[in-house]
Amino acid sequence: MSEMTSQPSIAQIWDWLDAVPDPEIPVISLVDLGVIRDVAWADTTLVVTVTPTYSGCPATAVINLDIETALRDHGISDLQLKTQIAPPWTTDWLSEKGKAKLEGYGIAPPQPSGGPQRCPQCGSKNVSKVSQFGSTPCKAHWRCGDCLEPFDYFKCI
Amino acid sequence: MTFDAAMYQFLLRMGDNTLILGHRVSEWCGHAPVLEEDIALANTALDLIGQTQMWLGLAAEIEDKGQSADDLAFLRDAWDFRNLLLCEIPNEDFGRTLMRQFLFDTWHSIQLGHLTKSSDERVAAIAAKASKEAAYHLERSADTVVGLGDGTEESHNRMQAALDYLWPYVGEMFQSDDVDVVLAKAGVAPDPASLREEYDAVLLRVLSEATLTIPDSRFAHKGGRSGAMHTEHLGHLLTQMQWLQRAYPGCQW
Repeated sequence: MSEMTSQPSIAQIWDWLDAVPDPEIPVISLVDLGVIRDVAWADTTLVVTVTPTYSGCPATAVINLDIETALRDHGISDLQLKTQIAPPWTTDWLSEKGKAKLEGYGIAPPQPSGGPQRCPQCGSKNVSKVSQFGSTPCKAHWRCGDCLEPFDYFKCI
Repeated sequence: MTFDAAMYQFLLRMGDNTLILGHRVSEWCGHAPVLEEDIALANTALDLIGQTQMWLGLAAEIEDKGQSADDLAFLRDAWDFRNLLLCEIPNEDFGRTLMRQFLFDTWHSIQLGHLTKSSDERVAAIAAKASKEAAYHLERSADTVVGLGDGTEESHNRMQAALDYLWPYVGEMFQSDDVDVVLAKAGVAPDPASLREEYDAVLLRVLSEATLTIPDSRFAHKGGRSGAMHTEHLGHLLTQMQWLQRAYPGCQW
């Protein structure tokens, strides 16, 4: 009985997870990234459902390890990580807070139009694509025609 | 042929395509003409290898002999591979690499689109994930084929030579066999032959824009997806890709 009452609430666990940074883009959390799809208690086991971003993204293994480490640090020892590939991850799952943080960090957030709305450095709309791929699988490489800075654009998928 | 045996072959075909082409593309890492292209090729390879883990992972599960996706990738010999011959053709120059990618991406993207509606939900789930990546690959390879085909005289000639060289490897994508009959009947995967019309339409549109001429021949090299006969290139590729696991069995890091 005492064990059951000492179980942290689901809301509490989401808060803890929201403090775990993305390993590649540490300015946003794993919750902002939208990869954590579900958190639930199955009896005494905490089940966390994770959806990977890109199939081959090397950060996926690190993300799982970081979730496990964070939750163990908060005293959760009975933990199960479940990988779920359907429905596939989409940039629609990025939180509004996460998108704002991305832009503040110098990464243009995804846009349904398929390209960045403005330069994340100076705000100019005079931007052009350098390459469809960038420093990680989730980003493309763009540049600004006004401040001349290159920048990453978070691909919209 | 039992349903599970057909499923296993089908999953090897999907996973071996992405594994072998992914490895080929990764050979460009550090050698591409410019940094942006180097990164693009490496990212494409990464997506393909990631998809391989899902396809071969499911293949191993259905085979049910305690093997993993890694075992299937690193411990099979050339005759056990079921990839299209197109995927194992050496890179040659950047033009041929991108033409090969375009010819594959077009088929891959159409195939995955159909597989998202598969009656097997595990296949549909993998396809839903992979088709987003394949659509992005196709956008890039088609753009590059147009840019280089309708570019300088040198780039145009190289792209036409690449198309002429690779064309006889296209037909294999659309050849159906017993495996395909079983899976098409069960609604798991489309009959390969049924994809040809859609494929030709994309090719005609892109290659016309690229000012390239599609060769007037339907001759097709085959033997990759059935495993009957690969090109001599596959064995050489495997000596590199599998070297570590062959030399140090079970090695992990």
